[in-house]
Formats: sequence, structure tokens, C-alpha cells
Amino acid sequence: MPESRSTDWAVEAHGLVKVFGDNRAVDGVDLSVRTGTVYGVLGPNGAGKTTTIRMLATLLKPDGGEATIFGHDVRREPQIVRQLIGVTGQYASVDETLSATENLVLFSRLNGLSRADARRRSSELLEEFGLSEAAKRPLKNFSGGMRRRLDLAASLISQPPLIFLDEPTTGLDPRTRAQMWDTIRRLVATGSTVLLTTQYLDEADQLADRIAVIDRGIVVAEGTADELKGSVGSASLLLRLADPASLERARQAILDVLHVDAVLSPEAGRITAPMSDPDSVTDLLIRLRTDGIAVAEIAVQQPTLDEVFLALTGHDTTAADAASGDPAGPGAELELEGAR
Amino acid sequence: MTQLTIAPGVSRTLKNHVSIGQTVQNSLSMAWRGLLKVRRTPEQLIDVTVQPIIFTLMFTYIFGGAIAGSVANYLPLLIPGILVQTVVTTSVVTGVQLREDMDKGVFDRFKSLPIARIAPLAGALLADTVRYAIATTLTFVMGFVLGYRPEGGIGFVILAGLLVIVSSWAISWIFAFFGVIARSAASVQGISFLVLFPLTFLSNAFVPVDTLPVFLQWFVNINPVSHLVTAVRDLANSGTWTGDAWISLLGAAVIVAIFAPLTVRAYMKKA
Repeated sequence: MPESRSTDWAVEAHGLVKVFGDNRAVDGVDLSVRTGTVYGVLGPNGAGKTTTIRMLATLLKPDGGEATIFGHDVRREPQIVRQLIGVTGQYASVDETLSATENLVLFSRLNGLSRADARRRSSELLEEFGLSEAAKRPLKNFSGGMRRRLDLAASLISQPPLIFLDEPTTGLDPRTRAQMWDTIRRLVATGSTVLLTTQYLDEADQLADRIAVIDRGIVVAEGTADELKGSVGSASLLLRLADPASLERARQAILDVLHVDAVLSPEAGRITAPMSDPDSVTDLLIRLRTDGIAVAEIAVQQPTLDEVFLALTGHDTTAADAASGDPAGPGAELELEGAR
Repeated sequence: MTQLTIAPGVSRTLKNHVSIGQTVQNSLSMAWRGLLKVRRTPEQLIDVTVQPIIFTLMFTYIFGGAIAGSVANYLPLLIPGILVQTVVTTSVVTGVQLREDMDKGVFDRFKSLPIARIAPLAGALLADTVRYAIATTLTFVMGFVLGYRPEGGIGFVILAGLLVIVSSWAISWIFAFFGVIARSAASVQGISFLVLFPLTFLSNAFVPVDTLPVFLQWFVNINPVSHLVTAVRDLANSGTWTGDAWISLLGAAVIVAIFAPLTVRAYMKKA
């Protein structure tokens, strides 16, 4: 096997397809995840995120396309792939009737650890994930956050080089969510590659090195968070004036210096202008000073990933009804440069 | 977080096959899980504790006088019969519980682990032999309380019990198969009892075969359950290992050979 092929890429998928009845849940997905990075798959409910992950994790057989994990084909060498991955599902994949310790010992034993090693590894992981005190309690009394942490701990037993996290923070409160993010960051620091799915744009923004936006079974855009944001448009400049009466003069100044039309909101004394070159803003500020226009507030606003998502898919992240066949939005055709 | 650096994927040497040793090891680990579950939810044992007691009592006093003239004469005929019927019926629960179990998220993890594919099924079925052992013991104890004194002695009674447990384990693969292909736990129960009632009642478990109409005798005589019942009677009542015992074991082997691969394949297909 050509070694060079598999060193760089933890995941390579080309044209993955999965059909459930009439529904093409995944319709030709391409993904390339570089080893040692966090890759975010972003999309609304029903976009095909979970199905994609399940195919990569050998839980589902693809109906078309191919996928390799560190160079190993998911269809031909599933047992090898399983030794390289850890999977944390959307619904806690731990045994409800067993205690936390029993769960981890069971999964350790199944991972081939000896009885003594299994005990040691379980208590290490429980310690790391702050579950030592609850170790002996049945899972029925665990909170959602504790369950997720146990689930993640179970995925780390064999120290897999690739970890799939399917919506790791869905349904968690903000504090638990931040803890989960920390855990994921520390995981990457140890050399793991992480592929996570999420419906939260800020989560992808916070964690992922690269993001694929997926909608109705296809990848509609791929790139870094900044590239994605850059693709929908430039940043905008926000000015609030001390004296609303000077709004018109300020608009003229912006037209002269930045050569763009600004939008006025007279009642708030605010001006918004598209800003392509941050450097020219200094010229504008000098001009405002010489004209004697006092500025009360100045801000630069980047487009949010929410706006990106809306532009790419033509619908927002919550109203993702696969059945409603509304036409793709204006940016749906957008393919980013530098994806590879 | 462990500060160990994780070995990169490419530098690991890995096999795509699971050895027999690992398969056994994985299945035993899964059986351990099954036993833990039984300990956590002892209410699951109600059927194997209450049913042998109630059924043995009922059948003994309802049919004893009519079929064998007296309760004491009926016991050597009935106890092996009711033992087989009770334990085989219990194996249906294996299929039902497997279905319920498979609907839980933990089975996703089992599938994503580098373990033998058969292990989650074999483990569950193996753990259930504890249930069969409980039912077997209680039926014999109940018989003893009612006055049953097997001539074969304790050794052959244990051997008879083991034969029933092994056979039921084999039969439980049939219900495991239904469990895997069925949509819900309730439908597993439905299909299974449809199979089970003719098998257990159209046998020599409760009545002498020569009292039956001729066309029924034909079926009863080829029914594997009849052979198992006869084997248990011969072992417990006269301490002899007969051809029926061999037929029972052969039948058990055939069932496993057919249904274990079928079940595993269906399990693998089901996402």
C-alpha cells in the first residue's frame, strides 16, 4: 500500500451516496480531512450529517462512492477502520442499565484490554472527565452532560487517531457546552483528528479548522470559517454620530473617501457602509475630524456564519424542512476556491 | 486529558480479521454485560421464577388424575414435559429482549468497535442460559416438593437439565433471528408464540402419544420437542442416555448452524 497516500488524510470520501427509499439522504458527498485537524460538518436537521458519519464509521454501507480512513477502505477493511476510530453518537451510546464504571470496563474489555488494564483505564477516564464520584451510580440518574462525557470517554478508550463526534453539544446547557468544547480542544492537542457535526454555527466557528456546509445531502460549500464568511460578502463599517444633524455630511464624506453609498438610520444617528479595504477607514476618520463631525461609536462587523448559511442554502438553519422543495438560494452554486 | 501522544493511524499494524479466540473473548464480555443487566433488573426474572411454579402446580393437579390416574403416577411423565415447555418458552424472551436492547444507542457503539460481529448476539444469548438454569432448577424442585422422585438420581437429573439448557440456547437463536428482523419487541412475541405453541403442545410433553389421533401422532413423533422430552424422561427417570438425546443435540446443532449465520447477517444489514 502506498504509504504516502494515507499519511496526510485522516478521511477521504468521494461521491458518498446513501438512499433510504425515495430519499437520497446523502447525495454525493466529498470530504477530505487532514490528519490532526478538527473538521466541522455543518448543516440543519436532516441534511445528511449523521448518515455521512455513520457511513464513515462503518455503521452503514454506502450505496455509492468511496471512503477511506487513513487509507483504509470502509467497505473492504471495516475491521481495520474500527480499530482507528472512536464514535460518539448523537444519542448517548452507552448502556443505561450499567454504571459508569461498568460501561467503561465493558468497552475496554471489548477493545482487548486485560481485566486489570480495563479497570485502570476506566478509572483514569472517569477521573479525567470528572465522573469519579458518580462512577458506581446507574446511568438512569445521570444528567445529559454527564452522559455525553461518559460517551466521549468511552470513545477514547483505545486512543483512536480519529474521533467522530455527532452533534456533541446538542441539548446541552451553555456551561456544559463550553466544557465539551474544552475537552475537544484538548483531544486535538494530543494528536487526534476530530470530525464533528453540528447545527450550531458558532460551534463550527469556534472549533473547526475547516468546515463543510451540507444541505439536502450535498456539500454546498467548503473552506475555513473565514473563507466561508468572506464568500458572502465583505465586512461592514458601523458609525454612530454624536450629533445626528451631521449625518448627511458624514454620508458625503463616506462617498468621497470610500466611494460607497452608506445606509442611514437617522433616528439612531447611525450609518452603515460596506467596507472592502480596512486601510481606507483611517482616511475616512481623518476626513471626519477635519469636517468637525464627532463620532460616538465605531465598529466593524464581520458577517456571521448564520448569514453565510442563509446565503448558501437559501433557508435558515432552523427551518430545514427537507420536504419543502423551495429553490436553492442565490449563493447555492457557490464553490470556494482553495478547498484543496 | 492523557498527555500521551496518540499513535498516528498509518503507523499502526492492524488486521482485518477477528480470530476465534477474540470472538470467544468478545462474546464472554458481552455475556458479562448480560449478567450485570439481570442483576440490575431482577424483575426480568419473574417469568422464569413464577412460571415453573404455577404451571407445574396447575398441570399436576388438573391433568394428573385424568391422564395418569393419580398425581404420583403423572409426575414422572409431566415434570420432564413441563420442564422442556417452560424453558423453551423462556427462550422467546431472549428474542424480545434482544429487540429492545438493539433499539438502544449502545448497540451503535458495539457496531463501531473492532469486535466479532456475532459477539453482541452470542453474548446476550449466552447470558440468558442463566434464566434457563433458574427455570430448570425451579421446575425440578417443584416436582420434588409435589412428590417426584426421579429414579435416575441427581447426576442424571443434572445431565437432563443441561441437555434442556443447551437445546433451549440453540432454539433461542430462532427467536433472536425474529428479534433482529422484527420491527418491534411486541411483534417478536407475537411471531414467536405462533411458532412455539404448536411445537410445545403438539408433542408428548403432557399426554401419551397413543391417545392422539393418527395424523397428529405423525407430527408429534417427528417434532423435535418430543425427542427432547423423551430424552429428558429417559435420563431423569431411568438414568439412560438414549438415541433421543443424540437427536436433540443434533437438532440443536442444526438450528444453530442455520440460524446463527442468518441472525448475524440480518443484524449486520440492519443499520
